[in-house]
Amino acid sequence: MESLLRIPVSELCDAIRRGSIKAEDYMASTLDRIRRLEDKVHAFITLVEEPILMERAREIDRRVKDGRGFVGSLPGIPIAIKDLICTKGLRTTCGSRILEGYIPSYNATVIERLQGQGAIVLGKTNMDEFAMGSSTEFSYFGPTRNPWDLSRVPGGSSGGSAAALAAYEAPLALGSDTGGSVRCPASFCSVVGLKPTYGLVSRFGLIAYANSLEQIGPMARTVEDCALLFSLMVGRDPLDSTSVEPPETVFFQSQRTDDAMDLKGLKVGIPKEFFGEGTQEPVAEAVQRTLEKLESLGAQCQETTIPSIHYALPAYYIIAMSEASSNLARYDGLRYGLRVPDRGYGWNAIFSENRRLGFGPEVKRRIILGTYALSAGYFEKYYLKAQKIRTILRMEFQRAFKHFHILAGPSMPILPFKIGEKVSNPLEMYMCDVHTVPANLTGLPALSLPCGFRNGLPVGIQFMAPAFQEGLIFKVAFALEKALDLREEPSLGFR
Amino acid sequence: MVKDKGKGGGKGRKEGEGKESEPKVIIGLEVHVQLTNLKTKLFCSCSTDYRGAEPNTHVCPICMGEPGTLPVLNEGAIEDAIMVALALGSNISKRTLFSRKNYFYPDMPKNFQISQYDGAGGIPFATGGSVSIGVGKEVRIRRIQIEEDPGRLVYEGTIDASPFTLVDYNRAGLPLIEIVTEPDIESPKEARMFLQSLRSILEHLGVFDESLQGAMRCDANISIRGGKRVEIKNISSFKDVERALSFEITRQKGLLARGLKVGMETRHWDDLRRITVSLRIKEEEQDYRYFPEPDLVPITISEDLIAKVKARMPILPSERKKIFADKYGIPLQTAEVLVSSKAMADFFEECIKLKADPLTLANWLTGDLKALLNEMEIEIWESKVTPAHMAELLSLMKEGILSGKMAKEVLKEVVATGKMPRKIVEERGLRTIASMESLKEVVERVFSENPEAVRDALRQEKAVHFLIGQVMKATKGSADPLIANEAVRKKLEEIASLSSSSSPSLSLSPSPSPSSSPSRT
Repeated sequence: MESLLRIPVSELCDAIRRGSIKAEDYMASTLDRIRRLEDKVHAFITLVEEPILMERAREIDRRVKDGRGFVGSLPGIPIAIKDLICTKGLRTTCGSRILEGYIPSYNATVIERLQGQGAIVLGKTNMDEFAMGSSTEFSYFGPTRNPWDLSRVPGGSSGGSAAALAAYEAPLALGSDTGGSVRCPASFCSVVGLKPTYGLVSRFGLIAYANSLEQIGPMARTVEDCALLFSLMVGRDPLDSTSVEPPETVFFQSQRTDDAMDLKGLKVGIPKEFFGEGTQEPVAEAVQRTLEKLESLGAQCQETTIPSIHYALPAYYIIAMSEASSNLARYDGLRYGLRVPDRGYGWNAIFSENRRLGFGPEVKRRIILGTYALSAGYFEKYYLKAQKIRTILRMEFQRAFKHFHILAGPSMPILPFKIGEKVSNPLEMYMCDVHTVPANLTGLPALSLPCGFRNGLPVGIQFMAPAFQEGLIFKVAFALEKALDLREEPSLGFR
Repeated sequence: MVKDKGKGGGKGRKEGEGKESEPKVIIGLEVHVQLTNLKTKLFCSCSTDYRGAEPNTHVCPICMGEPGTLPVLNEGAIEDAIMVALALGSNISKRTLFSRKNYFYPDMPKNFQISQYDGAGGIPFATGGSVSIGVGKEVRIRRIQIEEDPGRLVYEGTIDASPFTLVDYNRAGLPLIEIVTEPDIESPKEARMFLQSLRSILEHLGVFDESLQGAMRCDANISIRGGKRVEIKNISSFKDVERALSFEITRQKGLLARGLKVGMETRHWDDLRRITVSLRIKEEEQDYRYFPEPDLVPITISEDLIAKVKARMPILPSERKKIFADKYGIPLQTAEVLVSSKAMADFFEECIKLKADPLTLANWLTGDLKALLNEMEIEIWESKVTPAHMAELLSLMKEGILSGKMAKEVLKEVVATGKMPRKIVEERGLRTIASMESLKEVVERVFSENPEAVRDALRQEKAVHFLIGQVMKATKGSADPLIANEAVRKKLEEIASLSSSSSPSLSLSPSPSPSSSPSRT
């Protein structure tokens, strides 16, 4: 592989700004890599045309050379965007047939911000349809394969973004995380992924699955790159009433090496529920090893408990499915998206047919369940109750954070499974989310960091912190990352 | 009205207003009012000024519900809603939030409407309050809420016969206030009166402009004798409310008379054919699967905000009515009619500025002008009459140039053509010969031409009228009849008193009469 592609982003940005590396060359290497690997990995649904990408990269180089014109904090850096984030003029499908040809008329706020910093949208990555899934197998466009083992899933629903990073097809990526959709593929593909505190990143332009749970999350191969990307994404957006101004604590400053290594005084809580029966032995072992490493850096690890955590999964699914059933109602074929030929049918028949043909089975499953949960007489029993569980969980986490700075555990209870293994068993698939949904229900920040391999497959460790403490998470993850010093690269059949 | 020959005929006598077997009618209204004073839509910055624009030109990704878009609340709507709640005496919730009302319909881009609800976690904007509809009755308000307008569906002809449905989203996302009444209304007439009172209040608040077509719409719920409730949608004028409800009462009574049951359903008011047509029949209420809108945050309505709005609240019709009565000495009844339309009340005040006499003016506005407008089925702003016209008309009367009767004629022409009254008077040569002086000549002439009538007139009333008629004829009807009357009688008096003390030459009666003066013998 081109050595250019191995350069971490922050270094790369400096080099491009100095002119010692040309954005054009980096882009060319990236496209070359994609050309060689995409058949195997299938990380992308849509790629921006090469001439356009090259021209945008050249523009950055021109500005650098002339010393004139704004270049930004991510000059010429290609970014892979999960295909449910709106990109103006560039097809956005949500991995679904119902939006197969849909071209948004506007950019999501994050896209505007990142492009404003010189970043170049590389293409749209594959995902589970409408973000509903944990394996990227529920994409209308076919599955993405895990670069570490092409017969296995990359995780989901942001599987395409994670795979693109792992395969060095892109240096940075955006995913979205509603119930673990950034952290799951990050864990399965051995990359870094963050679900921010709810409200830090504008959701304007994020095609909604479950509004009260989701955030757009930065993904990268290193903690530092992830933190850099994140710092450029946050900020109150007047177009998103649920967004907030970021306090200083969300930012990470890569400090002097010795400071960064020192985690003395850090109290890490390990909820025992994260090592329950569902957790595979190799995963538990890998994370335990990692916690020992953490302790060697000065941290103190201690078991704790979040007693109601076993309610988190059902609460998550009720809320997510309910909100989804409403968010996806707009896809009726009348204004955009799949429109089957009319045969003089009445309104009901037309939109039913469009949706029947446009939505995949998992999406239909969730819409039906969500509709049921919200129907008359059931609101109190399901949706309202699930919301109450959120409050209880928030309180239990708050209590834990009185004694600990951060909480840790495996991001996923299992190693990446084979493609096709869980597709026919929805409940088993849902169980994959058991460690990740609490962060979405409580709005707390959570990050997945690669922490080793077992049986040749990646394991991720998850860190959770109080709201707006991303800075702390990055600090801990950065130190651990250095200490773990993982060197593996996916073979993908060749080098 | 169809006479109910069916069940409960006897009971009917106790209810209703003494009409034969009149079953108890229960009506509730849901009124939707566009907050036309707001410049942008409820959740995006599209302009609300869509009337007359090409279809689908006042839209943006947000009000079109394009994937990924989020609503952002127009806070002006909150202030408007506070004013409405204060005016109706409702209790404003300390905390309110929006709810999603989920259903599939082509006029709603998201297939849900962002609205408010009082269940399923929702909190409507305000509850309670009432509207006085005159005749000593108050209609209670159940709740007031803020919501977005859907788009418009356009048919070719009637909804049944149209080969297609066209959708125009210009209206989608417009800010609405929904006012739901308790089922206190008992007749179509009361429904109309309620709407008129409500309209006047809302206009006075300045939150909506009644001249904009479709700015106030209502759905009606009606049941007879406690039977199943029928909802009527698509009513867009006050006359239509009365017609639709009357039709529905007739229809339902017809069913009951034939021993059939009235089904719970939603019907569509067809204003072309003037009938209601069934839209959907359901055994239960439609399930909207309400839940709180997750993209909007709950809103706290502080006491400070309410006080701030209250301070800048315009004067309400009820207050204005009292001012008219106190300041201008107008009877309350008349004042009530004046303020029933803000346009009328404003018109009144403008005329006062032009020095019109308040009492005369009030009577003319609420009497003749109103009658004319009703006859022509137009509103005051649709007619050509302006305060300048009215003031001039009144002053012409005051100057004695026009009689009351003539003025009525002139007003008709003003309303139809917009010509100034003085111009009309000139063009039609209508100067009323009002003063006695100018009439004197005419009276002299008429008396000399009709000696016999004059003689008779001294004894008989009939002849007096004849003489007056002759004077009117001579002036081509332009004399003020009252003054002509006075002039003739005065002249007769003169003659009568003269002949009693007069010389023979002034005697006008050839035949001696027993009552004649001594000088006659």
